Amino acid sequence: MSMLFPPRPAQGRTRKALIAGLLSLAGLAAGAAEVTIGFLGTLSGPAAALGQDQYDGFMLALEQKGGKLGGAAVKLIREDDQLKPDLGVQLVRKLIEKDKVDLVTGVTFSNVMMAVARPLAEAGVPFVGSNAGPAPLAGKQCNAHFFFTSFQNDSQAEVLGQYATDRGFRKMLLLAPNYQSGKDQVLGFKRYYKGTVAGEIYTQLNQPDYSAELAQMQAIAPDAVFAFFPGGMGVNFVKQMSQAGLLGKVPVLTVSTVDGTTLPALKDSALGVLAGAVWGPDLPGAGNAAFAEAFERKYGRIPSQYAAQAFDAALLIDSALARTQGAAADKAALRAALKAADFPSLRPGFKFGSNGFPQQDLHVFEVAKDARGRVSLKKIATPLPALRDAYAAECALR
Amino acid sequence: MSPELVLTQLLNGVQFGVLLFLMAAGLTLVFGIMNFINLAHGSLYMMGAYFAALAYGKTDSFLLAIAAGTLGLFALAVALDRLALSALHRRDHLDQVLATFGLVLFANEAVRLFWGSTPLFMDVPAWLSGPVQLLGFNYPAYRGAIIAVGLLVALGLHLLIDRTRVGMLIRAGASNRDMVSALGVNIGWLTTFIFALGAALAGLAGAMVGPMMSIQSGMGEPVLILTLVVIVIGGIGSIRGALLGALIVGIADTLGRGVLPVLLYRLFDPAVAAAAGPALASVGVYLLMAAVLALRPQGLFPVRHT
Repeated sequence: MSMLFPPRPAQGRTRKALIAGLLSLAGLAAGAAEVTIGFLGTLSGPAAALGQDQYDGFMLALEQKGGKLGGAAVKLIREDDQLKPDLGVQLVRKLIEKDKVDLVTGVTFSNVMMAVARPLAEAGVPFVGSNAGPAPLAGKQCNAHFFFTSFQNDSQAEVLGQYATDRGFRKMLLLAPNYQSGKDQVLGFKRYYKGTVAGEIYTQLNQPDYSAELAQMQAIAPDAVFAFFPGGMGVNFVKQMSQAGLLGKVPVLTVSTVDGTTLPALKDSALGVLAGAVWGPDLPGAGNAAFAEAFERKYGRIPSQYAAQAFDAALLIDSALARTQGAAADKAALRAALKAADFPSLRPGFKFGSNGFPQQDLHVFEVAKDARGRVSLKKIATPLPALRDAYAAECALR
Repeated sequence: MSPELVLTQLLNGVQFGVLLFLMAAGLTLVFGIMNFINLAHGSLYMMGAYFAALAYGKTDSFLLAIAAGTLGLFALAVALDRLALSALHRRDHLDQVLATFGLVLFANEAVRLFWGSTPLFMDVPAWLSGPVQLLGFNYPAYRGAIIAVGLLVALGLHLLIDRTRVGMLIRAGASNRDMVSALGVNIGWLTTFIFALGAALAGLAGAMVGPMMSIQSGMGEPVLILTLVVIVIGGIGSIRGALLGALIVGIADTLGRGVLPVLLYRLFDPAVAAAAGPALASVGVYLLMAAVLALRPQGLFPVRHT
């Protein structure tokens, strides 16, 4: 057997090695800086749509910049935490110790974020989060190395509390799954809501059927409903509300329920649902329109806010590395450059507060048809402009 | 709390129970007759929903979508059983659990690979889309249709198993597999048929929930867990047990979520009720299962061996 094809593979290998050697020499000769960035996100399992959008948003920006950020060639290492905090910790340790990354970005869910915060902080590696924004990291456990291009978790519920107050809804029913984030969202809503809470319903996590809750809703007959049902739960809840003929009758104020990842599964059945969010495809600015168009051309779907946040994360890193001339070794300089937030954000007026979380406008969107007749999000109000998150005061950083 | 609300919640419970029955019927047949534990039954339900949504996307026809979910799963199950699972039929239960759990992981990632992470879309047909007024509550017409279909399937299964030659063979196979085989019946194809029939019912359930629920990777697991509870409560291998067990679990689960919290708010102060309500509702069904296991380990409606 070995006699049959001995020379060719060896030749092929030699040629490949030669080419690789030449290429690397060429790289050295050009003196190009290189940065290694670790991307950690939830990329498998039922919640993978969010992490995938973060990854796609980041990669779109990287592609538009020709594979370079701030002039430095980027080596991106992608890791999937599978929504498991312990696995997230292992992967972050691997990124730091084995891959020697200069920066870490991504992170989809707050429980993973809380777990990886410690190894990241201990290593002093700059971190640019593009979704999860748990309260402790905005408050007492804030960290000078951490920057978030997303939002503090409570903010999107807070803006709906303010909106419900502005609209004069006197009696609200609040629904959320029975876990920490669900309770945080209800708390955030109540922080800005001045009317009466007629009831709080906590459902099981990943509950498929909401008929019992919808019957209770009809019995309570609130002025409006606040709901936090991320991912598939939101699809189930909104579809079933629509089929019960309740959507037109009771205003539904939601967080993380109707977004770019769930609207394709909801389409017309979600028309009229309201959402508190930091970004939507119709926010003003030429950059935002160009982003939405480029994303759709590349991936064939309307981008979600998770993609937008990650796109911003890449632009932020780009601006920071441009300031340091592509050097990532001086952590203090890189940190200062990140903190300046001198980048063309998709969100006008974006800047960092002292805790590394953005101070930004919080909007209310309505599910409506866009100019091309597709179901998307349309901005209808900005009840909390330039909102500073509720925990910033507890952060010792100045 | 008005009697109308309780009645509406009972109806919701029946509807949920009927859906669980479609899942439980297949699982209990496969387990009771083939002595085969199939944890991938939830994946079959998921595949039913995907097949239906894909057919719906192509044809815009709801009935074709339901047919694709049901018949597609029948065909898929025949292939699956012949190619892979038949090798496991005579292995012990732990091997079956391990292999079919592997199938669950495989199926979840496979649908993500083929159709992406974003849930798929499927809508209710126009003639079933509106709510109907019932006792002063809006009740979705589509849920009424699910109840009707589920009860028709229950009747059909009863006729198939008690009145036909295939049904006779199925019953005989359940009692003594080797003897049926010795009498010249191809027991291999009989078990494949049973497995495919169960899969088609799971596919039908998946296709019918398509318009109400998020069609996405991993959608089968929460339903599978409740289905396992149903067959334990109803009695393994018994279609009657699956139907009654499913109705009991569906009603208990719905009342636990819809009525219990309201009662707790009346009896205790809001802080206690808010904490206890969801906790009790989420374990209620499992407490019921534990009680049944303690008092009647064979289930409430076991197969009668005559």
